[in-house]
Amino acid sequence: MNFAISLTVNGVRRDIELDDPRVTLLDLLRERLDLTGTKKGCDRGQCGACTVLVDGRRINSCMALAVSHDGADVLTIEGVARGDQLHPVQAAFIAHDGMQCGFCTPGQIMSAIGLIHEGQAGDDPERIREGMSGNLCRCGAYAGITEAVLDAQQSLAKANERRSA
Amino acid sequence: MKSFDYVRPATVSDAVKAAAEPGAAYLAAGTNLLDLMKGGVTRPDRLVDVTRLPGLDRIETLPDGGIRIGALVRNSDLAHDPGFAKSYPAVAEALLSGASAQLRNAATVGGNLLQRTRCGYFYDTASACNKREPGTGCDAREGENRLHAVLGWSDACIATHPSDFCVPLVALDAVVEIEGRTGRREVALQALHRLPGDTPERENVLEPGDLIVALRLPAGASAFSAHARYVKVRERTSYAFAVVSAAAALRIERGTIREARLALGGVAAKPWRCRAAEEMLAGKGATRDAFAGAATAALADAKPSGDNQFKIELARRILVRALTLAAAGTPRRIPALPASPFSSASGALHVL
Repeated sequence: MNFAISLTVNGVRRDIELDDPRVTLLDLLRERLDLTGTKKGCDRGQCGACTVLVDGRRINSCMALAVSHDGADVLTIEGVARGDQLHPVQAAFIAHDGMQCGFCTPGQIMSAIGLIHEGQAGDDPERIREGMSGNLCRCGAYAGITEAVLDAQQSLAKANERRSA
Repeated sequence: MKSFDYVRPATVSDAVKAAAEPGAAYLAAGTNLLDLMKGGVTRPDRLVDVTRLPGLDRIETLPDGGIRIGALVRNSDLAHDPGFAKSYPAVAEALLSGASAQLRNAATVGGNLLQRTRCGYFYDTASACNKREPGTGCDAREGENRLHAVLGWSDACIATHPSDFCVPLVALDAVVEIEGRTGRREVALQALHRLPGDTPERENVLEPGDLIVALRLPAGASAFSAHARYVKVRERTSYAFAVVSAAAALRIERGTIREARLALGGVAAKPWRCRAAEEMLAGKGATRDAFAGAATAALADAKPSGDNQFKIELARRILVRALTLAAAGTPRRIPALPASPFSSASGALHVL
């Protein structure tokens, strides 16, 4: 039995015919839409490498059945930069060495964008660490990741102030 | 993962009909169910997707002052709802101590109540497990069992219920609304989960097709808001299940405890209400001696199920800690956070 679903992925509407309801959102992105920036780490909701924003909220795409997300708006790492201009969180990860091997980085960045949007951590590094605890980094780049999120949080807050001024 | 049929009914009654068939399971966020299906632990023939059912995603204040939470409300939405967190701070604190931000953004209230144990032998299909396959035995009894139950366990099963959310809820007399084949009924959360006995595969009182549609807290539950805490001990700072946890809620008038509510998590197959300890505290001063006496009473029937004698003393100390923090007053900001070793602030600024 086939399931027709439509998703908006990085601003583009995609109509998709699923031949099996077992397909996760992660596998759909990687294997069928060729968006391989989102990584498959544990595939069990424990590592955060597969983090994407669905309807503006960060979730583990490995634990989401694609068929159940019919109609959703999905943002992946491929959709955050504007052309050659990096998203402030991407730029901050580079500036603060928030990575080593880079495998967890797309998930870290999507999680950080979600965290900043949630507005619960502010510029408290302890709350940032807590809010980022769903993203594991095998290389242990956590110090740089925390600094990057703090920095990006501050630059985004300033940009918002300028916009509302 | 075994293949399955997928249906997405438009009404609660259609969902109940579809899920009453043998081999069917409800799907909400799937944060626990998909994990179990990927491991072959649960092998449903049909998933009944309830995520589009209308009217189950609301948080409503009831005319009598209680609150009704739809089963599809996401964990993070409930915890960050300002009115809810103010009236039921220990519940918000428990929610935010569970899982990760990504999982809390997806996981639902109803799913949280029905999550399965994290016993490693239940998850490992090569191990004997009476819960997964009745009659096969329990490899946890002679296995790695330091995190297993110390209350209410049986020879057939020593698994614990992993929910944080349920611990303050059971202390506050939460009620579950269930839609089933014969209509709507209500069950006290305290009576939803079953102890294992000889039938650990029967984890709750739900019948085939039963769907949790809402959770209610009675009007009196917000009377504890000034003195309510949830304390969770885990083996790493964040994103881990509880070794032991406790919810404590007090109503204090002029230094005297008028009413106490206490529950433990991570110690049994269900969230564990400590009624005898609550009764001991009523009318007493909020003193360390009173708390220690209550904690002793709460664990009076505890016994180790394996290499976990330490959890009994740990549970007593966590109860005293939770009571002490509750007596000191609910912090202005919930969630209070666990303090990591990296915290630049000295002392336990963010609580534990």
